Amino acid sequence: MDKDILIEYLPLYKEALLLTLKIGWQGIILAFVIGLIGSAILHFKVAVLKSIVGVYIEIFRNTPLLVQLFFIYFALPKVGIQVTAEACGVLGLGLLGGAYMIETFRSGLEAIPVIQTESAESLGMNNFQVLWHVILPQAITISVPGLLANVIFLLKETSVFSTISLMDLMFTAKDLIGMYAKTIECLFLLVVFYLIMLLPISILGALVERRMRYGQFGD
Amino acid sequence: MSELLKVTHLHKEFGPNVVLKDINLSVKKGEVVVIIGPSGCGKSTFLRCLNGLEEIQSGVITVDGLPVEAGKRDITKLRQKIGMVFQSYELFPHKTVLENIILAPTKVQKRTKEDATREALELLDKVGLVDKKDYYPRQLSGGQKQRVAIVRALLMHPDVILFDEVTAALDPEMVHEVLETMLDLAKSGSTMLIVTHEMAFAEAVADRIIFLDKGDIVEETSDVKDFFIKPKTERAQKFLKTFAYE
Amino acid sequence: MASLGIDVLFKGTNFLRLLQGLWVSIEISLISVVLSILLGLLVGVLMTVNNKVLHAILKVYLETVRIMPQMVLLFIVYFGTTRVFGWDMSAESSAIFVFTFWGTAEMGDLVRGSIKSIPTIQFESAAALGMDKVQTYFYIILPQTVRRLIPLSINLITRMIKTTSLVMMIGIVEVLKVAQQIIEANRKTSPNAAFGIFLVVFLLYFIVCWPISRLATYLEKRWA
Repeated sequence: MDKDILIEYLPLYKEALLLTLKIGWQGIILAFVIGLIGSAILHFKVAVLKSIVGVYIEIFRNTPLLVQLFFIYFALPKVGIQVTAEACGVLGLGLLGGAYMIETFRSGLEAIPVIQTESAESLGMNNFQVLWHVILPQAITISVPGLLANVIFLLKETSVFSTISLMDLMFTAKDLIGMYAKTIECLFLLVVFYLIMLLPISILGALVERRMRYGQFGD
Repeated sequence: MSELLKVTHLHKEFGPNVVLKDINLSVKKGEVVVIIGPSGCGKSTFLRCLNGLEEIQSGVITVDGLPVEAGKRDITKLRQKIGMVFQSYELFPHKTVLENIILAPTKVQKRTKEDATREALELLDKVGLVDKKDYYPRQLSGGQKQRVAIVRALLMHPDVILFDEVTAALDPEMVHEVLETMLDLAKSGSTMLIVTHEMAFAEAVADRIIFLDKGDIVEETSDVKDFFIKPKTERAQKFLKTFAYE
Repeated sequence: MASLGIDVLFKGTNFLRLLQGLWVSIEISLISVVLSILLGLLVGVLMTVNNKVLHAILKVYLETVRIMPQMVLLFIVYFGTTRVFGWDMSAESSAIFVFTFWGTAEMGDLVRGSIKSIPTIQFESAAALGMDKVQTYFYIILPQTVRRLIPLSINLITRMIKTTSLVMMIGIVEVLKVAQQIIEANRKTSPNAAFGIFLVVFLLYFIVCWPISRLATYLEKRWA
């Protein structure tokens, strides 16, 4: 492996990492918001909206992100809806992730026994107070490991952004391999940069999961 | 004395199963009514109807003259008048003992935190748990959890408290500490409706016994001592026999 | 507005070519899933065995798969192996290798999870009957995990099919690549064909994956 090549390419990868993170986090925040709203709609069985959420989940969970991105980026402009590559990345990731986040939050909500709600109600709390003080704090805590798993999944999925010409890590590696054929160095840096991005979150996830499994409130 | 709780012609069914048929009951202020009967006789469902956790098909329930109707907007007002203690405690696992107790008084009744805390500590002291105030529920024994649940219900200053088999999930040696707490409450003049399988306790605490079987009030009497020696109805006799070993 | 590409779709053998492209993805998925399930059972059982070295190796393997995007693995195998070892792996074999590598880890984790969910007393009562380790797993433990594993394995198929869309990046002509070719060939006569063609690709994926994931959900609920 050529050390000089590594040093020469380093800034390019750094730039690509920042772009990946920028789009990744925006997409994840969008997914988070969709997840909260969608799971609340399903949990409270809001008429009409709950069917829409159901169809949305099925569509986005049963098609690849790559195809979703192609559709948004290449097909929608033909009917007059034009989005920039970055917006397309955020939108695609957010919509895909939202479908997964809804399920995560919903199973958190469903994990709280009905009698907890009843016991809060018999203390005179209204629906909002029950949700806010009793159900949500417990449901979100339960959802944290699932949430982190989703974040890792979504950050990994960003690797398809290169197909819509976003200069992310994958794009940079492919480009450099194509131009200078320094395959080993390029792949090495690719792996290192994905590790930099994902290893900390993965470790955090493992710690949280362990804590959730072996301990609860009061440890 | 005035009537605090009044139930007239209560009828409740789950689908095709009739659980409670034409129940009539009135409870005066300060009275302790114990409801006994075989499992599945509808006694827990009856308590749940009283604070609107179950919808009823017909009949009227009033507390202090106000009707209890499940699903109505002002049900939260009524529930503040009716405390309930569950078999499975149902403390909130993400809150400490003290937080569990003062949550509803501060959020629902808008009392100040200082005021609620002061009273909470007083009551915790009475049940011997003041040193556990910063513990989380899972760090407590079943008996301790149940006493906290009772304090939590008391702090809302309810007119009447419902106890739904509160010792059924407890280890035998913890049953006593919870029942002691309830006896103290009864002596201090609280109005209580108690569903229990502890016959000796029922005899000690009750002003009136109601024997429920298959959704019917089969026997109702204020002669508590007599009831346990010689119940009038055959069904009650049979039921009480299941607690004796000869 | 000019035609949105539906005419292009039915021109010549275009639609058939799309379906053939889709079949390429499905074929790669199915081969990888079958291999993953078989190897995954083995890895899953090995993960429950008490052996520190084995444990560490499998842990590193699982974490690698968990963290590295499949696309990166695909690049490493397809571009890297030729460079380092001088192997000339075809794009298809690279894809099957990577997806099996990934799927085995996923499956192994599921198998481990369902074995762990069997109470220890089941192992103990098998031992009390004089069974050895292999007999215990074969007759007592694995049969009990089957109901839980079948829906999860079916789910793996849809995830595999979705993931195979990546293989166009290493030059395999699958449905997305065919779609691009068709759009390119008709650029002059039908400039808006991208809409219709990509919509059809979108729907094709959905039509393939949706029934499979419904089946998985149905079985999961039924056997829960």
